[in-house]
Amino acid sequence: MSIEVKDLTYTYSPKTPYAATALKGVSLHIEEGEYVGIIGKTGSGKSTFIQHLNALIRLQSGEIKVYDIDLNAKKPDLKKLRGTVGMVMQYPEYQLFDETVEKDVAYGPRNIGLSEGEIKERVREAIELVGLDFEEIRDRSPFELSGGQKRRVAIAGVIAMRPRVLVLDEPIAGLDPKGKQEILALVKKLKNAFSPTVIVVSHDMDSVAENCDKVALFADGEIARFASPREVFYDDELLARTEMDCPSVVKVVKELDKLGVSLPTRPVTKSELVAALTKGGRDE
Amino acid sequence: MNYTMSIKFENVTYEYPTDGSPVPAVRDVSLEITDGSFVCVLGENGSGKSTLAKLMNGLLIPTKGDVRVDGASTNTEDEDALFAIRKKVGMVFQNPDNQMIASIIEDEIAFGPENIGVPREEIEERITYALEAVGMTEHRHHTPYKLSGGQKQRIAIASVLAMRPNTLVLDESTAMLDPKGRREVLNVIRELNRQGITIVLITHYMEETVHADRVIVMNEGSIVMDGTPERIFGNTEAIRRYHLELPISDYLAEKLREAGLSLPHKIYDEKSLAEEICRSK
Repeated sequence: MSIEVKDLTYTYSPKTPYAATALKGVSLHIEEGEYVGIIGKTGSGKSTFIQHLNALIRLQSGEIKVYDIDLNAKKPDLKKLRGTVGMVMQYPEYQLFDETVEKDVAYGPRNIGLSEGEIKERVREAIELVGLDFEEIRDRSPFELSGGQKRRVAIAGVIAMRPRVLVLDEPIAGLDPKGKQEILALVKKLKNAFSPTVIVVSHDMDSVAENCDKVALFADGEIARFASPREVFYDDELLARTEMDCPSVVKVVKELDKLGVSLPTRPVTKSELVAALTKGGRDE
Repeated sequence: MNYTMSIKFENVTYEYPTDGSPVPAVRDVSLEITDGSFVCVLGENGSGKSTLAKLMNGLLIPTKGDVRVDGASTNTEDEDALFAIRKKVGMVFQNPDNQMIASIIEDEIAFGPENIGVPREEIEERITYALEAVGMTEHRHHTPYKLSGGQKQRIAIASVLAMRPNTLVLDESTAMLDPKGRREVLNVIRELNRQGITIVLITHYMEETVHADRVIVMNEGSIVMDGTPERIFGNTEAIRRYHLELPISDYLAEKLREAGLSLPHKIYDEKSLAEEICRSK
């Protein structure tokens, strides 16, 4: 087990006329090694949920455990938590602040009191993992880099903490196709390197279908469904009720269905669709 | 056929002011945009797309060359002339939150027309028209802050429509939206185009080119491809070279062709792809 959330409820501005309940009794169990996609309309509670996972939002009601860190304890070990759960926020490049790339990436490791030698090693490792040349980029200002480079430096700052859980809020929003592919490949690489558990909030159903083992569909502050992409994206009633889109592959299958062509499987990825259609072709 | 071209670029170069030696963001671009067309501009980050957009209504003035809107140069000291250009060519940007100023939607939409001294009764008419065009009539008296991203972008579009533009330039206006919001905005854009408004849509979503009649690809400040979506995406080698990708339905069609299905080369959406698959079986 890596993350256990039970009955999590959260209200913004409680006890005021502006009180707005963002999460209503959310429970979720995530195993180590899972790649979980969090989907849902704007305002469904996705971001509020993930911000709980490294205590950027304080627990009001419910239980959260991340590995052996109990957020319901009197004094939860937040330093350890933030070393365990790495959070890549939306448009992380806006959070770059230091005068050089090296200092910016070193900020987290330095804050948890690592030795200078260890910090240096981690910063180099993180920068190289995100595909940048450490020697070439270390002394440059993060602000003079391109958009894609900035985003990678910001992610390096998170992975320099070697988090076992990597949480990303819309990591590919606003990127061009090449930037998207680079970031998605990077997340895979990090998953293999030292963040076996990945949780990603995304509006891009195609990339969720291609990459995730499981999908948590948020609607109105609740988890409407936590299941495999196949189960979620083929549940028409659920998708209609939560106003969600399905991946293009699934749309094609549903169109085929209308035309009377039924496939032997229910594909969600591009390669599954190609396999289903070409196999189906041979059978006929 | 006799087409009118309201927007003309003549050998336009633009360099952002810097300390060192300036690198042109747009280099020697010549371009005419046919009235009533739907043009998508593609290209990787830093290729000059946004600069091109801002040159279209005088938000940026060319370093070299000239941009003309209905014959009038954007490079003018005459503020009235520049206003006239900006009325004709409206812009919608990426982040809806940065574009809202008023606390009530009808005031938001009235802001532009009021500024140019449109009479009160006509402002009323324009608000009604603009809200109807984006399907937001029932929100007229609400505050924009509580709207979804897609609704906010539709209000941003309505504010531009209230100026009665003949061209709408959208710079990655769907990038920050969820799928439903994107769909809403795209439907509005298509409908406006059907009514005769010229659309220039800058985007990273290849799927959004399905409804365009022309695609322009930029690379390092230059226009490197210009043609119908079919022609552009038919050139897979160039697509790779400029770091673009096929719209997902066409990518699927490509893979299916490789696997032996005979599907014609064209631009697909999910429905037309399903139909062709059916036919090929």
